[in-house]
Amino acid sequence: MAYQHYILVCGGTGCESNKADAIYRALQRETETHDLTHAVQVVKTGCFGFCAQGPIVKILPEESFYVEVTPEDAAELISEHIVKGRPVTRLLYKEEQSKEHARVDDISFYQKQFRVVLRNCGFIDPEEISEYISREGYVALERVLFDLSPQDVISELKTSGLRGRGGAGFPTWMKWNFTREQTSDQKYVVCNADEGDPGAYMDRSILEGDPHSVLEAMAICGRTIGANKGFIYIRAEYPLAIGRLERAIAQATEFGLLGKDILGSGFDFEIEIRLGAGAFVCGEETALLASIEGERGMPRPRPPFPSVKGLWGEPTVINNVETLANIPVILTRGGEWFAKIGTEKSKGTKVFALTGKIANSGLVEVPMGTPLRDIIFNIGGGIPDGKAFKAVQTGGPSGGVITAEHLDTPIDYEHLQELGSIMGSGGMIVMDESDCMIDVTKFYLEFTVEESCGKCAPCRVGGRKLHDILTKISKGQGTQEDIDTMRQIGTAMQRASLCGLGQTAPNPILSTLRYFKAEYDAHIDQGVCPAGKCKELVHFSIITDKCIGCGLCARRCPVLCISGERRQPHEIDQSKCIKCGECFTACKFDAVLRA
Amino acid sequence: MAKMSLDDLRAMRDQKRRELEMRDADNKTVQIIVGMGTSGIAAGAKNTLSAFLAELEQHGLTNVSLRQTGSLGLDHAEPTVEVRMADMPTVIYGKVTPKVAGEIVRSHIMNKTLVDEHVFDRPAADILERKEQ
Repeated sequence: MAYQHYILVCGGTGCESNKADAIYRALQRETETHDLTHAVQVVKTGCFGFCAQGPIVKILPEESFYVEVTPEDAAELISEHIVKGRPVTRLLYKEEQSKEHARVDDISFYQKQFRVVLRNCGFIDPEEISEYISREGYVALERVLFDLSPQDVISELKTSGLRGRGGAGFPTWMKWNFTREQTSDQKYVVCNADEGDPGAYMDRSILEGDPHSVLEAMAICGRTIGANKGFIYIRAEYPLAIGRLERAIAQATEFGLLGKDILGSGFDFEIEIRLGAGAFVCGEETALLASIEGERGMPRPRPPFPSVKGLWGEPTVINNVETLANIPVILTRGGEWFAKIGTEKSKGTKVFALTGKIANSGLVEVPMGTPLRDIIFNIGGGIPDGKAFKAVQTGGPSGGVITAEHLDTPIDYEHLQELGSIMGSGGMIVMDESDCMIDVTKFYLEFTVEESCGKCAPCRVGGRKLHDILTKISKGQGTQEDIDTMRQIGTAMQRASLCGLGQTAPNPILSTLRYFKAEYDAHIDQGVCPAGKCKELVHFSIITDKCIGCGLCARRCPVLCISGERRQPHEIDQSKCIKCGECFTACKFDAVLRA
Repeated sequence: MAKMSLDDLRAMRDQKRRELEMRDADNKTVQIIVGMGTSGIAAGAKNTLSAFLAELEQHGLTNVSLRQTGSLGLDHAEPTVEVRMADMPTVIYGKVTPKVAGEIVRSHIMNKTLVDEHVFDRPAADILERKEQ
């Protein structure tokens, strides 16, 4: 026997601290009082990602969404909503009106996310082409083959305002149009699936969850620019995505949606997969093309741009996975529909991979212009363990940090650039007060030094120099002159490097110098790492008066360098200590001193 | 399947859509949809899937279709599973270990009672469904 109503009480950490448990018990008590236990089930749920307005109570099947509920509201929810069937209006969620970003009219829903690119991820079986077809799949290709001229497609894209999601934000219609205008017997469409930023996995999820949207978009592009051959360049470390793509290509070819004479239109289009070995520089378009050609993956100077001289010297459109996944929707719904989402200059949505010190890590898709605060504190559920938010890193090794004072900045291409960061591909790494900005910056520099292809000196030498200086600072041996040197090298790299990798490699340093200069000063002038992360500058010891000898720290210590009798103060053997901080975190009596 | 013409494609789209709608509407079929992206599999989605199979077999439930899909994006709650059936609201379960999979079959499907502490929210409305409403 099914219940008539299900009452869901959000039990995420945010709501939990807001008396979610008391609400849960109050609701259960009220259900019993009204003798409704046979008709109503009250359950505690995982985080609903709407924490700023918690505690949340949702009633099914009506989908009523109640916010800022208190235990005292329980009686009214049961007697009004459940017994009399009247929603408790004062607690219902009301859409905020004064948003900078316009929403599509028919989605004035409580959800903060709006899924265009991820429309099929988590809905369809990615290995079954008919499921994609049933959800408006290949409708756009139909239109492009039979109703729209290439010029129509270009102008639809222009109306939509779609810009490249790989990071730079170049208008997609322009790229397609440049390539279309070239006269050549052979042109190519290339999908850049070489997702390399640490912590970014948007493209992987799209390819794993909805591979046909990318195939359809590539065929549309081929028809528009006059190409009959496409390549997907994907890293070999994405085996599941590759497997699903291969299957999708095979099914589409079998069904006649790829291959010769597609749907009897006379248009031919084939797609091949090319695997990359995972070099970061191969995400740069000219290096990527070299890699497809079988050459070593190194960039070359532009111009000529790939739209003029690309793969094997032929005109080539190269688009990122997420950019392509938008195309079928735009051509099915129309450019105007798409242009209603987002801000004036940044249209549509953006998928972000939310990782780091965040309660609800995962993929989120929001309209452009959504404030960072919404992403982190509503969808993301805030920072775990009650720690304070420090910064969020966007754009990976090419990006920068955004600090607490800029949490309300609308996220789009222009605003991020103003703040000294970039959109990048969409990785968002959240940091809390226990993260040291010098340590984080050093991590990114290590990455770019490792991944530099070595062709041009500014990147090869400059990156190494910057990394050396950062290492020096993290050991407390830096000087204020080092800061000036880093700025000089950074500026030189930005101006003189051959490709985006070197040009943007100094960004994490320049950005943290802008917002966290005080932290550099603390390392340099006082020899102190305020977050306690830089190993050379931190020292752990046990305060004898406070230690009760419980032995917890000794059990946690990975190198077994803490010793002592039970119920007696313990001691840390400094010669063996690796400064991991486990004892500091473990101690419940504040007896471990970090200095 | 041979190559399709434009009409074949349109016919297939309609037919498949009706089929899926019928599956949603019909009283018999229960759908369990397991998120099988990299993050889901890394969190143990394959074991969850096997646990569902074993549990369904043990109770002799033959009216259940067990399917896979890509990632919903709820990485903090992987493995995620959606359950659709008549007389019950469509629910997304998170942190579905093999043990929880068993509870979903016994409690949600056989007893029509939600499994406490594991219900999560779908992250966004479906742009396709809302257009049709």
